[in-house]
Amino acid sequence: MTSVVEASPLTNSLTAGKLPRRSSLWVLLTSWAVSAAFFAVLFLSGTVDGFNIVGTVVLGTVLYCVAIYVLSRLVEGSRKAKDRLMTALVTAAFIIALLPLVSIIYTTVINGLPAFLTPTFFSSSQRNVVGAGGGVLHAVIGTLMVTGMATLISVPIGLLASIYLVEYGRGRLAKAITFFVDVMTGIPSIVAGLFAFALFALLFNDPGIRFGFGGAIALSVLMIPVVVRSSEEMLKLVPNELREAAFALGVPKWLVILKVVLPTSIAGIVTGVMLSIARVIGETAPLLIIAGFTSSMNYDLFSERMMTLPVFVYTQYANQGADSQAYIDRAWAGALTLIVIVMLLNGLARLIAHWFSPKLGR
Amino acid sequence: MTTAAATTIKARQRPGDRIFSSATVIAGSLILAMLAAVAIFLLVESLPAFVAVPDDFSGDVTNFWSYVGPLVFGTIYSAILALLMAVPVAIGIALFISHFAPRKLAQSLGYLVDLLAAVPSVVFGLWGIGVLAPMVQPFYTTLVEWFGWFTPFQGPASGTGRTIFTVAIVLAVMILPIITAICREIFLQTPLLHEEAALALGATRWEMIRMAVLPFGLPGIISASMLGLGRALGETMAVAMVLSPSSEVIFQLFTAQNSNTIASNIALNFPEAHGVGVNILLATGLVLFVVTLLVNMLARVIINSRKAFSGAN
Repeated sequence: MTSVVEASPLTNSLTAGKLPRRSSLWVLLTSWAVSAAFFAVLFLSGTVDGFNIVGTVVLGTVLYCVAIYVLSRLVEGSRKAKDRLMTALVTAAFIIALLPLVSIIYTTVINGLPAFLTPTFFSSSQRNVVGAGGGVLHAVIGTLMVTGMATLISVPIGLLASIYLVEYGRGRLAKAITFFVDVMTGIPSIVAGLFAFALFALLFNDPGIRFGFGGAIALSVLMIPVVVRSSEEMLKLVPNELREAAFALGVPKWLVILKVVLPTSIAGIVTGVMLSIARVIGETAPLLIIAGFTSSMNYDLFSERMMTLPVFVYTQYANQGADSQAYIDRAWAGALTLIVIVMLLNGLARLIAHWFSPKLGR
Repeated sequence: MTTAAATTIKARQRPGDRIFSSATVIAGSLILAMLAAVAIFLLVESLPAFVAVPDDFSGDVTNFWSYVGPLVFGTIYSAILALLMAVPVAIGIALFISHFAPRKLAQSLGYLVDLLAAVPSVVFGLWGIGVLAPMVQPFYTTLVEWFGWFTPFQGPASGTGRTIFTVAIVLAVMILPIITAICREIFLQTPLLHEEAALALGATRWEMIRMAVLPFGLPGIISASMLGLGRALGETMAVAMVLSPSSEVIFQLFTAQNSNTIASNIALNFPEAHGVGVNILLATGLVLFVVTLLVNMLARVIINSRKAFSGAN
């Protein structure tokens, strides 16, 4: 009680030997500034034309990694230095992944917007169009019909199969289905197209067969496994108590599934279906093989070639005419249309999932 | 006196139950049948290719196997290159989302990476030609100048940048999301007690990851890489658009002559193919199918043997 602790200047062993707070932020800003200065000197001296923004960021980040490692090693020791270096690298990895995404969206919007905003773009086909002009109506209609047909085929099969896996399946058949559904998610899309082609070429004995319904079959091969996986996850989330309560009231099993299990999980299932549509709507290779390409409208899934948006983008790029810029512009505008559709589907699906799905842990 | 006879109560089989349950069984079996059908129809249609005569092939190829050989090489070469680039970055991203990013942001950041998977492959192709190839071309020239003595870097450098290395970069970007998704899921399943124990012993965050998270996640990382490999092997449009192809085995990364891949070769030649040419392309497709099927099955076996991971989708 008598000894008085002197209020000495703190040399706390817990905070000693540490870089000050926010030091990593300042080091990062400094190294970016240094690298910006370096490139500015290059630019002003006329060695290179144009200020290199990408180079600035990349060189600055590399500089940061070196600087923070050396600084931290001097002050905090090698273990902490390594930790800081790895933190920097891991964060850099994440940013590296975002660069292509940003670049793709930026270039598509910049290059696609002029043709995208042409009044005829969504109101006419490419029939008899040689230079600029024309539109994607035939491709949009084709994509909607083929993808719609694929959805009509895939959803019932996929949903029933997932119900089998969750509610009925025991034993080897269920195990085999689970395993091969997983394997099927990895089938290359072009193989699905070749399968549809081989199937219908044999069935109709027509070695040059091209029609929209074949494309729908090819897309179904790709879509069904995705639908099964996502619906299965959602059905598993339905609490068993709900099923047991219904059974206890004497409800037959099929009615329990139809009236209790499915309504409970419908939001998640819809999300999964939308994500799977978003996944197949951008498939090019199978449709190039079996649906072919054309520049005219075709409303009949069962005869003649049918244009779809991804194939439109590809053919506009691959078969450029005399006025090549018009074709490239249309390709980018088609790509923009495709990205907008896919992003809308994705966003909507995520929102539905966010609003309705049960909340999980981390 | 009552003799308690053991009577089993049998549920009444209602027609609705029977119809519904058999419908689900049929739907499930249909999936297996579909996979079998893919194999059977491809095999039947590709039979003529295996006995095709030299006249059926373009160039100085004599039989099917010497035709498909360089294509198999190109497919595997580009996929492996893509994998080498994608896996370290994907592990980094997965670690960032699971252990470094603020908890509240983590899920949204995950969606951001998933958006990359939503970009159609044909758009990746346009981007590869329009943006990536011109951007990396100067680097190729420099690398060829400086390291030309090293076989893969041998010149002359391509003037357009549309080489197998550019293709590998595009493929790496395309397979990032699936590898990231699986790695992330597995890193999150690391037992919390292991992580806390490491931290309590004074480990830094990186040491904790190296001692607790990575050893636990290793099988997952391997199978995620193999799933990514499967995707890279089968990717079609991006390769078909970006690569400037030839029909030989070429190790050089930066030249204008590159080994084509199976999928891209089919996409480029199918619209104009006729007669036995169609069967030959279908047969190369069968080869691709078998290779990817084996890679995917191996990956799934590794995942399943470890634990009940739910997979990517």
